[in-house]
Amino acid sequence: MKDLKVDSVDMVYRLPKGGSVQALQDVSFELDRGRLLTLLGPSGCGKTTLLNILAGFLAPTAGTVLLGDAPITGPGPDRGMVFQQGALFEWLDVRKNISFGPRMQRAPRAETERTVDELLTTVGLQDFGEKRIYELSGGMQQRVALARCLANDPAVILMDEPLGALDALTREKMQGLVLKLWKETGKTIVLVTHSVEEALFLGDKLFVMAPRPGRIEYTYELPFAEIGLDVEPRDLKASPEFIERREEILSLIWEMEEQIMGHDGG
Amino acid sequence: MSDNVGVGVHDQETLETAADDEGGFLSGLRPASGLLPGSGSPEDRKTVSFGDAAAVRSLPLWSLIALIVLAALWWAGTRAWGFPDDFRAATAAAYEQKDPPEALTDAKLLTECRLAGIAATEAGEPAPCNEDAYSQFLSPAAFPTPADTWRGFNTLRTEGFKNITLWEHARTSLTRVGVGMLVGSLVGIPIGFAMGLSSRIRGFFDTPVELLRPIPPLALIPLFILWFGIGNPSAFALLIFASVWIMIISARAGVRDISLSKVRAAYSLGASKRQILFRLIVPNALPELFTGFRVALGVSWGTLVAAELVGTDTGLGSMIFQARNFFRLDVVVVGIIVISIIGVLLDLIVRMLESVLIPWRGKGR
Repeated sequence: MKDLKVDSVDMVYRLPKGGSVQALQDVSFELDRGRLLTLLGPSGCGKTTLLNILAGFLAPTAGTVLLGDAPITGPGPDRGMVFQQGALFEWLDVRKNISFGPRMQRAPRAETERTVDELLTTVGLQDFGEKRIYELSGGMQQRVALARCLANDPAVILMDEPLGALDALTREKMQGLVLKLWKETGKTIVLVTHSVEEALFLGDKLFVMAPRPGRIEYTYELPFAEIGLDVEPRDLKASPEFIERREEILSLIWEMEEQIMGHDGG
Repeated sequence: MSDNVGVGVHDQETLETAADDEGGFLSGLRPASGLLPGSGSPEDRKTVSFGDAAAVRSLPLWSLIALIVLAALWWAGTRAWGFPDDFRAATAAAYEQKDPPEALTDAKLLTECRLAGIAATEAGEPAPCNEDAYSQFLSPAAFPTPADTWRGFNTLRTEGFKNITLWEHARTSLTRVGVGMLVGSLVGIPIGFAMGLSSRIRGFFDTPVELLRPIPPLALIPLFILWFGIGNPSAFALLIFASVWIMIISARAGVRDISLSKVRAAYSLGASKRQILFRLIVPNALPELFTGFRVALGVSWGTLVAAELVGTDTGLGSMIFQARNFFRLDVVVVGIIVISIIGVLLDLIVRMLESVLIPWRGKGR
């Protein structure tokens, strides 16, 4: 069953001083339901632009984006969003943050409370429901962001460098949580990251994107996410297969970066 | 984010270690300088900070000391050093014999002393009290002594000045400032919000706001008296004028304070435009609004004395100006002190409300 269908999408930003930047050129792909797609690439490759188009925050200048059979015309509760810095509402406590989506859609209260209880347990914050956002650590805040997005039961979860602001240790733990949520909920996830290791570990499909114009350069089908929960993550990341892939992709990205530098005469 | 403002300075030794790196691979690495023999305990560590700006709370002890110093200066500056005690006692006794008995103030004592001196000189007798016999920095005619002020305070409290008690003056003033703030906020906040939300409205209101904002309310007194007449209406208009621009600007800043990712997150959670306005932008603007409210309250309270110049007969400001006409300096000083204390209390109350109502202030993002 196809979930996301992206067909020859172009995105051109007009610059205020005239001229334009081609952020995406002829991007096409299809994503089956329940896949975890990671987007990787040097800065300026349009991965966040692509995510924002999927979320409906931006309208592509050309091409179509479908979720199921319906075209994406704007942001909606069927596509949950997780940002690098939580974007949590600090005037609400953890419970109210998580229940924000259902409350906005006037879902039955008792049901919402039950969902919140379940989600708090799922993300390991069962004792923190009454806490304020600023009383939580960065990792805990991202857990709240994940739970808040899940509370709406979206078809697709879009994550824009969700673990980018965390320290290395917390980041590894949170990668496990993302994998766990993906396995348990069977949601389609699209995740943008800067970290090659993270893209390999979390993605069961990986696009390496290239800049100027932004496009999908390489596509990988990856085996690691499938077994990521069953083996020790560090062992997996230290396995020869993983390292081989990592170095391969790193050198691809390095090559692109060098090309940009050469192009700019830098 | 840390509040640490202190500027650390690298230990000399660390810098030298990097400089004399001439060995092979990794030979530049040394143990941390603190562990080197002879480098001393951590207490000897050389660090530099500029003042202690990082200490946000001032020490209450020092605030208390400052208060005592001020009081002592007042007492010492107005006290008649070396004043003959027998003259004071005799005059006080004479005042008690009066019908009705009168309390002897320091200001009256000075007058009596002068009169007695003049009378004695005319009669060719030695003066019982010579003004030059004592020294003081501030004559009670120019600044009331603490004792006179306290007496004045008590009279104001019980009998009042011109039959209106101090509390009534204070209550009237507070009501005026309250109404001014209320109307200023009710008008200013919606305009500020609209300016923050729509570039058209922003463009429209920007010029008038920027042109009217710098006008000191005092400059408008002649016009306001012509337009609104003498008394309360003009005072209200001045106080509204003092607060409304501040509220507009803080509401506008509060709206613009919202981060794009929060708005996007809310849209992705299925919120409507209306819900984003009331569930997101309004609560997010509260800290800025509170700051604006605090500033506007301070400015309004400060404008009050001027506002009450426009012919009102109650209020702390008008009390001061009427007392001035009767040379009741004790009443003037009591009025000044009460205005100051109420100003401090108002600020404290708003700050307390702030920490109760918006505990997330400054902790967002």
